[in-house]
Amino acid sequence: MESIKNKVAIVGMGCVKFGENFDQSIDDMLIDAAYEAYADAGIEPNQIQAAWFGNLWSGHTGQILATPLKLSYIPVTHTENACATGSEALRGACYAVAAGACDIALAIGVEKLKDTGYMGLPQTRPNATWSYRLASMTAPAGFALMATRYFAKNGLSLEEGKKLLAQIAVKNHYNGSLSPKAQFQKEISLEQALKAPMVSYPLGLFDCCPVSDGAAAAIVVRADLAKSFRPDPIYVKALQISQGPREGFMNPAYDYAHVEETRRAGAAAYAEAGIKDPAREISCAEVHDCFTITELTIMEDLQFSKEGKAPEDIAAGRYSLQGDLPVNTDGGLKCFGHPIGATGLRMMYEVYKQLQGKAEKRQVKNPTIGLTHNQGGEPGAAVVSVAIVGNEK
Amino acid sequence: MAGIISFGVHVPVHRLSRAVIGQSWESRGLPGERAVASYDEDSLTMAVAAARNCLKHFASKQVGGVYFATTTAPYLEKQNAALIAAALALPEATQTLDFSNSLRAGTSAVSAAINAINSGAAETVLVCVADMRLFAPKSHYEMFSGDGAVAFLLGKEDLIAEVEWFDSYTDEIQDMWRIEGERYIRNAEERFVQDYGYARVMRNAVGKSLKKHGAVGEKFVRFCGNFADPKAIGRIAAKFGFNPETQVDGALNQSVGDTGAAMALMNAALALECAAPGQSIFVAAYGNGCDLMSIRATEKIAGFPFHRRIGDQISQKIMMSSYSKYLIWRDLINVAQTPRPPLVERQPTPPAQWREVKGELVLNGTRCQQCGTPQYPPQRVCMICKTKDKMDLYNFSRVPAKVATFSNDYIMETLDSPVTTTVVDFEGGGRLICDMTDRKLDEIVVGMDVEMTFRKLYTVGGIHNYWWKCTPVRK
Repeated sequence: MESIKNKVAIVGMGCVKFGENFDQSIDDMLIDAAYEAYADAGIEPNQIQAAWFGNLWSGHTGQILATPLKLSYIPVTHTENACATGSEALRGACYAVAAGACDIALAIGVEKLKDTGYMGLPQTRPNATWSYRLASMTAPAGFALMATRYFAKNGLSLEEGKKLLAQIAVKNHYNGSLSPKAQFQKEISLEQALKAPMVSYPLGLFDCCPVSDGAAAAIVVRADLAKSFRPDPIYVKALQISQGPREGFMNPAYDYAHVEETRRAGAAAYAEAGIKDPAREISCAEVHDCFTITELTIMEDLQFSKEGKAPEDIAAGRYSLQGDLPVNTDGGLKCFGHPIGATGLRMMYEVYKQLQGKAEKRQVKNPTIGLTHNQGGEPGAAVVSVAIVGNEK
Repeated sequence: MAGIISFGVHVPVHRLSRAVIGQSWESRGLPGERAVASYDEDSLTMAVAAARNCLKHFASKQVGGVYFATTTAPYLEKQNAALIAAALALPEATQTLDFSNSLRAGTSAVSAAINAINSGAAETVLVCVADMRLFAPKSHYEMFSGDGAVAFLLGKEDLIAEVEWFDSYTDEIQDMWRIEGERYIRNAEERFVQDYGYARVMRNAVGKSLKKHGAVGEKFVRFCGNFADPKAIGRIAAKFGFNPETQVDGALNQSVGDTGAAMALMNAALALECAAPGQSIFVAAYGNGCDLMSIRATEKIAGFPFHRRIGDQISQKIMMSSYSKYLIWRDLINVAQTPRPPLVERQPTPPAQWREVKGELVLNGTRCQQCGTPQYPPQRVCMICKTKDKMDLYNFSRVPAKVATFSNDYIMETLDSPVTTTVVDFEGGGRLICDMTDRKLDEIVVGMDVEMTFRKLYTVGGIHNYWWKCTPVRK
């Protein structure tokens, strides 16, 4: 089996400011993200040969993208993979370029959640087995199940567990305060996080990411052409995805204290990229902290921390901006929110900037390898995308 | 003669103190409390709960019919008994009937069942009676009434009690009524209802029935009535040689309330719970006439495996913190809506519901013939050994279970916040995610014992979405 390693590169990226963008339409955000990416890559819009478009709730086909960008009858593939949609758009573009189907492709993701007229995510699902019988489970509830069980499994009292999670929120809010494109750019204190109202016990307000609008885009080209676009392209080392068969919802063997899909996608990505010791080889990571408990378990599932040891590593500051392995250097979903189709590409935008040394106040020291982890679904029934990129071929 | 093989009762766990209702209206409350069907219960789910208690130790008995009686049927068109039979996983040869519109609906169903059994048309019939009548806020009857259900498995053999006789008298009077489109029950002037309705009809019917069978009050251990308060019932009973102090039990009125079509039969169930072999119970159900029954306990009552006695259910309660909660649960008050996704996005569709009647609706999963793993919902390809189409149906509804993990969600739109999302692990294998209902927040822990209960998740587009929830195991 061949690997994607070093076959394609990202030469341009764009990302709008995330937030409750009541003053922007989905078209506005797509245009701003795409044109920032065009400019960054130094290309004209008509050089794009094909596009992969990630979006969950704004309609059908690639028309949603082709119309505002006035694409010239080129192939557009509309991708959907729940909250991992943005990474799926990137994956499609990379595979097409690697296959020789095109040389310059656009991967772009967008979500307009604040036009629904209500708080939270829409509830529409196809009429699958769980759709109308499990109608009361919100996204926070699905992840709170993992927090309850993680606390019980590791012998943490509610207070200890809450404090552990609050440290993650405090770290990400600090990083967000250095991110001009984040929705939340304010630091918070541990006490604020602990005193916040309960959303889904045991998760409080600061354990949850907000519901936001946003868009992000990448220009993907053949690796051998990359330096003709820019001197500092970012090379794709691994693109892996794991789709669970919803076994955790049905099989009592699932312990609800990890996400199996993250373990599998991570291990596969390390093998593809040739990474032996992820805890040391990875310079920085953007992971899917839709809830603080998710970031906690990801640290163990991606082998950044040994199983059961994430609490110690978090307390020791290992994942802070100055730590050995900075995680969510831009503030993560905690500060950017989660416009479903855009998030995976927003993560890659931060890793791309970090590897180019352009992350300004958030810049980590001499990074070489970056990782994004993008999760759809809930613990027990997830789809997880892990991408690894580097600044050397 | 036909009789009772088994019976079970369901008293909703939620109680509203009548004093609290009184305070809400700056008036005097009646003593005691009333049972309030939970926001996710209706007459159909309560009937299923009573039926499951009734069949707990009689699951192997073939049930020839399901007769459902209520004045508050969830569906006005579409048979409710068919849905009850489906929820109980009964076979298609079951005769299903709905009885309604009268406080005698429950005893009418018993009468029809006895006739079917005595004529040989049915071996056994499961009579399920439930009611949750709605009276106008601030009315006397709002305090006086309560919600509840009772189920009797009737047959010819293995009887714990025989029905010695059944009499029925009709009487046309406009005492209590409700027409289509109206939510509250109307009633005529109180003195007219009590004196020229209840007392007149009862004096006549009880007298004639006892005389017809050559019986007097001393023959019985209990007079099981409905409709009126225990004192008024006692005044009638006293005229025929009953001792109101010892033979009229006011426990249900005191702690549950008058449960409409189910009341006289719930009183009969209460009497059966303490009856000795050979003792007789007199049942007199009022409602546009009167149905009268004599039930005599057999020797088998002594060893009967009671499941969830009324006394236990009365004492295991969750007191409602306020009258406004009752108003919200019954949709009697408009409250501010959180701007959350509308439920219409999760409307069940009839084809999907129909496909799942023998699966999800009954809480049937499958068990792999190859590796033996139980799994819910029903699977065709085994999640463990991947064997295709080698599955047996496997019912989870009575399997003991424990909480694997849970969360309490405060943002989901619900009438009983928070939503307790629960991962349930079944003894012997199988896992299910559902809501936990009828729980106190401080009793929920990982590893606690739970059991399954049939509930209404919500109603949207005129469709009641029934499924299962878990609930703490209660005695």
